[in-house]
Amino acid sequence: MSMKISNEQFPNRLEENIQNEFMRNAVSSAQHRFQTRRAAAAEQLGNWEEWRNHGEEIRQHVLANLDYYLYELSENVVKQGGHVFFAETAEEANDYIVSIAKKKQARKIVKAKSMVTEEISLNDHLEQAGCEVIETDLGEYILQLDDHDPPSHIVTPALHKNKEQIREVFAEKNGYTQSSVPEDLALHARQVLREHFLTADIGITGCNFAVAETGSICLVTNEGNADLVSALPKTQISVMGMERLVPTFEEMEVLVSLLTRSAVGQKLTSYITVLTGAKKALEVDGPEEFHLVIVDNGRSSILGSEFEPILQCIRCAACINVCPVYRQIGGHSYGSIYSGPIGAVLSPLLGGYDDYKELPYASTLCGACTDVCPVKIPLHQLLLKHREVIVEREGRAPISEAALMNAFGFGTASSSLYRFGSKMASAVMKPFGNGETISNGPGPLKAWTDIREFPAPNKERFRDWFEKHKKEGDHS
Amino acid sequence: MTIANREHFLTNIASRLGRSPSKEKPKRIWKYNPQAMVLKDYSQDELVQVLVKQCANIHTAVMTCTVEELPHTFQKAMESYGNGTGIYSKDPRFGDMGLTSLLTLNPALHEWDYEKGNANIKMAEQANIGIVISDITLAESGTIVVQTSKDNGRTLSYLPSNSIAIIPKSTIVPRMTQAAQQLRANPVTASSIHFITGPSNSADIEMKLVVGVHGPIRMTYLIVEGI
Repeated sequence: MSMKISNEQFPNRLEENIQNEFMRNAVSSAQHRFQTRRAAAAEQLGNWEEWRNHGEEIRQHVLANLDYYLYELSENVVKQGGHVFFAETAEEANDYIVSIAKKKQARKIVKAKSMVTEEISLNDHLEQAGCEVIETDLGEYILQLDDHDPPSHIVTPALHKNKEQIREVFAEKNGYTQSSVPEDLALHARQVLREHFLTADIGITGCNFAVAETGSICLVTNEGNADLVSALPKTQISVMGMERLVPTFEEMEVLVSLLTRSAVGQKLTSYITVLTGAKKALEVDGPEEFHLVIVDNGRSSILGSEFEPILQCIRCAACINVCPVYRQIGGHSYGSIYSGPIGAVLSPLLGGYDDYKELPYASTLCGACTDVCPVKIPLHQLLLKHREVIVEREGRAPISEAALMNAFGFGTASSSLYRFGSKMASAVMKPFGNGETISNGPGPLKAWTDIREFPAPNKERFRDWFEKHKKEGDHS
Repeated sequence: MTIANREHFLTNIASRLGRSPSKEKPKRIWKYNPQAMVLKDYSQDELVQVLVKQCANIHTAVMTCTVEELPHTFQKAMESYGNGTGIYSKDPRFGDMGLTSLLTLNPALHEWDYEKGNANIKMAEQANIGIVISDITLAESGTIVVQTSKDNGRTLSYLPSNSIAIIPKSTIVPRMTQAAQQLRANPVTASSIHFITGPSNSADIEMKLVVGVHGPIRMTYLIVEGI
């Protein structure tokens, strides 16, 4: 799998996903649960805004000093007996990791969940080199077993599947004969994967946060698979996006607290694991060899640009869990492993506008994403910036309102659409109107303004305007 | 021990930041410090109360006892998991807490012994119960901290079906903030530091919580007063 998960055009992806009723219900109910838990966990602290401010200042400080902290990190990894490989491109990262697999004559590789390894298509490269690669996070394992079904959420990747479908996958691929009760399904995965942990040659993990001062890798999980991936195979490779680091344990703990609360509403997840180098002398378990692969893959060109704040992201998915558009269209519609608001900002930056130019329009600009972001990324403003860039570059928006509004399933009376209309009072709209009306609207408004004028924001509320015009239409 | 491609990589980053690469450690000056306020000024007894309450949220059984009562309480915890085979870390604190004879006289229990190499992992894999002592304990989240070493393997905390963690009351701190400070002050960083909060779990299937995935399925904390 790569970052790109579909060759279908955006409207076709929408069309397909919007008809998946189970997925839409699952997403809607998951969002509700995530939102409730996150809000409770944030409220419990009593000073959540101060936490967000601290999270933001830590991430901004790291980005402003990224070269230094990566230097310090690499020095300390080596001091702890590890190897560091800086990879500017996905190819460089994959070639290096494949070369280790070949050197170790690795046949079986176990992996803990990692978005960056998905982004660079690592599994494909290792499989082409003859390795068996096994995902060990329960959700990822299910998807891998189901002929590499793409993830639809960055925290709970198999959200779009129901337990019956999962039972069928286990039955077909593993000869599973038990029930579709989640406990039974999980027990089956435990038994199958336990054997793989014990017999794998290499363990591959991602990295939630690297710690520059100690050369450590911090992994945040609930299942315990990352711990076994890093405890049993003789060689460990951790792959990190180059911006995913902190100065010391003290900042790590703040970001971990923000991450677990924002992602799943837990004070901490079951396992926060801090790994430093290879195992020490006389230790029985743990890797004999440790490699850290630091991946750029387009990130450095975001640094120093107007999109730099997206590099503050700690991949909690809180923005995805509140997004009204994600709720309607699900993760697969984004065509990228990065879905929701974070995906709509990041995918065009890492994957280019050719594949992802519609994503910045998959937003009502309601700003809910920005409000919940634990490190205060101005997500909806970055989406607007994308629109400005796209319109400037292409001279027109890439997708029509008809497709989007139908696909989003927003009724004309929906509050989201109302906010969409209201929030159009922005720089992006200025070039298209005369102050009273908008006659050449971008994005979703394009199809609309092809046949009629759209009222300029502030002059008349969209809902009022629409109601009036609908009635006029009814009478005619 | 190698570092590959660093110079070019970091030069590129620095140029995006509009300068040349820096090797000078930046000052960490923060405007905000909300983490210091959590459970601030709580007494050790109050922290115990917070910890006990949190155990209900993390699917973890909890018992409180004095050092003198510990052998009896420990036996009760073992019974709750049906006894059977077990593995425990080689830790002088077990002796300080009067557990030596209970552990060493039971032939079904094994001490982690690095001289036995991979046999330890096999024992952990087959063990019904893994037994560890918390190095630092976080009241807010109900988290034990285990630092691995030659005498305390990583898999000891993950492969057994059930886990018993002994928590000396003196190890309890308000939250991860204090643990991070303590760990930072250590001259040597363990190769693996585990912050463990209850048994393993997953909500990957239809968002339904399943307790017990790859790590232990059940967990008990024994909070010990007087140590």
